[in-house]
Amino acid sequence: MKGNEEVAEKSSENGKPARAGFHPIDGLRDWWAVAPHWQRYGVYLALIIGALILPAPAIGSFMSPESDWTTVLIFPVGTYILLAIGLNIVVGHAGMLDLGFVAFFAIGAYTLAVMGTKYGWSFWGSLVLGIFLAAMSGVILGAPTLRLRGDYLAIVTLGFGEIVRITATNTDGIGGARGITNVPHPEPMFGTEFLLDPAPYYYLIVAAIVIAIVFSVRLHRSRVGRAWAAIREDEDAAELMGVPTFKFKLLAFAIGAMLGGMAGVVYASKAVFIEPNNFPFILSATILAAVVLGGAGNLPGVILGAFLVAWLPERFRFLSEYRILIFGGVLVLMMALRPEGLLPSRQRKAELREGTGGMGAMGAEVAGPDSEASAEVTK
Amino acid sequence: MLQDLQAQFLGSTIGGLVAGSIYALIALGYTMVYGVLRLINFAHSEIFMIGTITSLFVLISIAGGTAPITLGVFGMIAVLLLIIIASAAVSGGAAVLLEQVAYRPLRKKGATRLAALISAIGASLFLQELFGLEIIEWITGKSGRVQQNAPRFIPHDELFHIGNGVVRTDHVFVIVGAVIMMIALDQLVSRTRIGRGIRATAQDPEAAVLMGVSIDKIVRLTFLLGGAMAGVAAALYVMEYENTDYRIGFLLGIKAFTAAVLGGIGNLRGALLGGIVLGLVENWSSIFFGSQWKDVTAFVVLVLVLMFRPTGILGESLQRARA
Repeated sequence: MKGNEEVAEKSSENGKPARAGFHPIDGLRDWWAVAPHWQRYGVYLALIIGALILPAPAIGSFMSPESDWTTVLIFPVGTYILLAIGLNIVVGHAGMLDLGFVAFFAIGAYTLAVMGTKYGWSFWGSLVLGIFLAAMSGVILGAPTLRLRGDYLAIVTLGFGEIVRITATNTDGIGGARGITNVPHPEPMFGTEFLLDPAPYYYLIVAAIVIAIVFSVRLHRSRVGRAWAAIREDEDAAELMGVPTFKFKLLAFAIGAMLGGMAGVVYASKAVFIEPNNFPFILSATILAAVVLGGAGNLPGVILGAFLVAWLPERFRFLSEYRILIFGGVLVLMMALRPEGLLPSRQRKAELREGTGGMGAMGAEVAGPDSEASAEVTK
Repeated sequence: MLQDLQAQFLGSTIGGLVAGSIYALIALGYTMVYGVLRLINFAHSEIFMIGTITSLFVLISIAGGTAPITLGVFGMIAVLLLIIIASAAVSGGAAVLLEQVAYRPLRKKGATRLAALISAIGASLFLQELFGLEIIEWITGKSGRVQQNAPRFIPHDELFHIGNGVVRTDHVFVIVGAVIMMIALDQLVSRTRIGRGIRATAQDPEAAVLMGVSIDKIVRLTFLLGGAMAGVAAALYVMEYENTDYRIGFLLGIKAFTAAVLGGIGNLRGALLGGIVLGLVENWSSIFFGSQWKDVTAFVVLVLVLMFRPTGILGESLQRARA
């Protein structure tokens, strides 16, 4: 750890920022890479225990003095983390820019609300249907648009997010602008009732996050994950090497959408009341900010990013109306200081040592004498 | 019934042209920055918002409030020119500042475009809140969170009509103003030395540097021009619709970006065409589906166009020759 820091300092003396290849936590990562199974499982266990005791009032009194800590942990913290894990698959793994991720979240939430209030479906039935519908809408949106280049995809997804919200506002059959009330809670599980007490919802969302993490990690390490990495780095090369890029992009889109839908169902089951304005564009932007701020492609980073993006505004509630102003300023500042995110993916960095950042560096083609892009190419 | 439809059709064609002109002017900013930097300047919508507030400020100062004022033809044109120049200057300046603060540090570090997009979203939120919380209230004395009304200085009366479609004085001003600015910008980019620098950078930045083009200068200039165009759009918008608020940029910005993509991003004439097409389609569609579906139609049209012409109606490139 110390050694790395020294090297990092040295490299910044050379006029190059330390971020070129080193990170303060690289030592931890090296240890993790070679850690035996029992140590790894020890860490997993510690993390799970940590998650279970997190809602304790002692922690809450510091973390969230002004609102109920467990509630904050469900929404926004837990929900944002779940959404960020889903969006990370699309943005971080497959390298596609999605500005309308909130649409899938909305589809999940509305599935539970409509099926629960109109047809008396249970939470679990709606959960399955919500995930399915979100994935289907991902495919329907993706099929015509995924052949487009990145920036077109961004605007089309943004449009899709708005279409879903406006359609929900204009369709009286699903509540229209007034939304849907009395969204059902989940059924009692393990002798626990899901009523007003937020604790059971918290454990539900922790379970959902754990499933999402395992799912995402397994995918990342599979053939699918490697295909995504190939597409992200160079789509044409991947296609030439025999990767069916369109199929895998569609898959990434659908899987990301599934996780978004799942987050929506879980969120709605706690919320009781949902309306179209719960799903504004700014939520998509916030989740994307969480992914990039944490370090796109790196799951611990993404989770950290989502946690910070969700928690900081709650913690600094006393700043009241200046919160969003400060949030915006912090985003600009963070990107200027650490454009690769707080915990960037090391694998990705290594893959990209010669490249431009997966999505093309902004103006990196403009290799001015003092820009780092030129230095990276010659390395 | 049919006659009714025809009357509505002509009316919304005119409305569509007016809205489309404004979309097109804003779209120019997106398209120029995209052409040079391959960057979606997400905060461009806030540059437009700043322009509307500037126009509002000048108008309120002139009229001494929000009550309509009566002016002669030359008076109208003078006031319109004044708010156009003021808005263009402030918006252009704000765009340059934005580039300096939010994009330049990232560019120097060779950051990913995704990071730049987040920086842009951050800047957008920051500017919105800054105006919503402080600046608008300081200018108008009304809370920045509510809609601000501008005084009328050009009568919204019928000038002439085409069939059943009424063309009002303000419509003419918007369309003529937009067309003049478009032609001016097009000439600037295709004829002058500065324009050649912009085109060169868009085409091949590396070669442009070797040929002695200063990239930083060109980027700053691109933001200045794009911002100024948004400022002109803002002045025309305030004149035409007579209101604004701190979130005005969001939807208009999305529409303008859609227009830029629709016409072929990076392509100046594409932005014009995209803006007009978008404005017309939106207004026509609201005859059939009702105006609450206007925005949905706009995006559906975008998806349909991109399916059949994946690089927009006129294709990409700031100046044809980009591979």
